[in-house]
Amino acid sequence: MTLETNKKVGIFLACAVVLAVLPFVVGGAFGNSWVRIVDFALLYVMLALGLNIVVGFAGLLDLGFIAFYAVGAYTFGLLSSPHFGIHLPFYITIPLGALLAACFGLLLGAPVLRLKGDYLAIVTMGFGEIIRIFMNNLNAPINITNGPQGINLIDPIHVAGVSLGSTIEIAGISFHNVYLYYYLFLLLTVVVVIMGFRLQHSRIGRAWVALREDDVAAAAMGINIRNIKLLAFSLGALSGGVAGGLFASFQGFISPESFGLIESIMILAMVVLGGMGHIPGVVLGAVTLTIVPEVLRDVIGPLQMNTFGRMIIDPENARMLLFGLALVVMMLVRPAGMWPSRRRKAEFRDDKVAADSAQKD
Amino acid sequence: MSLLDVKDLKVAYGGIQAVKGVDFHIEAGELVTLIGANGAGKTTTLKTLIGMVKKSGGSVTFDGKDASTIPSHDFVRHGLAMVPEGRGIFGKLTVEENLLMGAYTRSDKAQILVEMERVYGLFPRLKERYKQLAGTLSGGEQQMVAMGRAILSRPKLLLLDEPSMGLAPIIVQKIFEIVRMVAAEGVTMLLVEQNAKLALEVSQRGYVMESGKITMTGNAQDLLADERVRNAYLGD
Repeated sequence: MTLETNKKVGIFLACAVVLAVLPFVVGGAFGNSWVRIVDFALLYVMLALGLNIVVGFAGLLDLGFIAFYAVGAYTFGLLSSPHFGIHLPFYITIPLGALLAACFGLLLGAPVLRLKGDYLAIVTMGFGEIIRIFMNNLNAPINITNGPQGINLIDPIHVAGVSLGSTIEIAGISFHNVYLYYYLFLLLTVVVVIMGFRLQHSRIGRAWVALREDDVAAAAMGINIRNIKLLAFSLGALSGGVAGGLFASFQGFISPESFGLIESIMILAMVVLGGMGHIPGVVLGAVTLTIVPEVLRDVIGPLQMNTFGRMIIDPENARMLLFGLALVVMMLVRPAGMWPSRRRKAEFRDDKVAADSAQKD
Repeated sequence: MSLLDVKDLKVAYGGIQAVKGVDFHIEAGELVTLIGANGAGKTTTLKTLIGMVKKSGGSVTFDGKDASTIPSHDFVRHGLAMVPEGRGIFGKLTVEENLLMGAYTRSDKAQILVEMERVYGLFPRLKERYKQLAGTLSGGEQQMVAMGRAILSRPKLLLLDEPSMGLAPIIVQKIFEIVRMVAAEGVTMLLVEQNAKLALEVSQRGYVMESGKITMTGNAQDLLADERVRNAYLGD
């Protein structure tokens, strides 16, 4: 074994240990509500990695990605809640939701095959809104989605007869439900990460890069542009669907409100800010954009009270203001993302060189 | 039966006839060149062969099949590969990944690896730089990537569009050496070139194209010796 692989194994083991004890450290230091935020961070990592396939790998700008999350969540919600009185186990509802989301991915992909860039973004944005509005209005004449009231009392996930929605005790340590979900989400996130890496370094991954760069030359290589684009849409949607199902059971309640345009934009921001097409970067982006706003929420209020003795700006407003400012600064300072891939860096370098020479002319 | 048989091919861009009814054929194992001045319709003819430009008349028969029935992305599978003008390599893929793109339609992994090594044997420079992004290579090296990639698609017929374009004379010599080497391996090639002298020297037969028509054809040696070709294209 070389030193290099030794180092890699070391890093891997360290990460595994940190991730395994993370909820206890976070829960012990800041309370269970923070473990809950970590759980959400994992959900967003899955979503961002799904969108990364479409935007980062295949270069197709998708502003309606949250629709697939909604499809996954509603599939779970409708099939395991008192709403219809159906209580299917998660190992049916989650794959079903993922599959359905993938089908919706094809449904979205097929009509937009010829579109690029801004036009594609607009159509996908419309698609996302259509799904949300459907969920909002499918309560009449037949009540399917329960409209804006949403679906309540969704079943928690049961693994081997144990409900993850309750607190269980193993060897004298009690595991609160946010801990249990943490480990489930972590497991699935790892699966999605591995899937992403395998795709990136496969024949399909190369085809996506080729497509992004020059679609005519890509077709000349024998790549079926239509199929490879549809594959990107449906694989991305697949992981969005999984995350949606998990979200529904974790939260116990879903409503169309959770699937608005701003959510799609947030996920896109995670991908872009982290580093498009670079899996570690996207993970970092998703975690940062989930955690930072929450930290700001806890910090801004007390900070104002301590310095000024009263609230000057409503913490909720100040939080979004600072957050927006941070995004703008980041994009100015590191336009390729926080942790870009070698490829992406090269693209930005090329653009810069082209811009510089254009200025000289 | 010829590997490629083109009969009365016509192409029009808008109202302008770029190709005005050309006939040519290529037999398996041959290296044939199509020479002519800028704007003679050489590249248009090539693009029509692989369906990148729609023809307005005539027929293209490749390996016994009507080429107009083959969709663009399926030409490689049918054994027709092209190294486009300007090389068409993927700058953000590494050298190795670019070469693998050539084998995109093939699934015989073990054989692909063997042929990769053969390509690296032909172009040792590429082996040295296999992890480098192809966009950072020099023009000559990029041409090597494009050729290697085309070889890996294991074509029945390889179309080369202006391989010497924009390269330094010393690199051009090298590229033609490579063309000769690839031909020696039994790959059938159609070479489109402005550099008539070098092209005719490596080829067996040649066609001369002028304003959308084929004006002369024959043995490459005879064309090299021909008075009119010498005056018009060899600068003698």
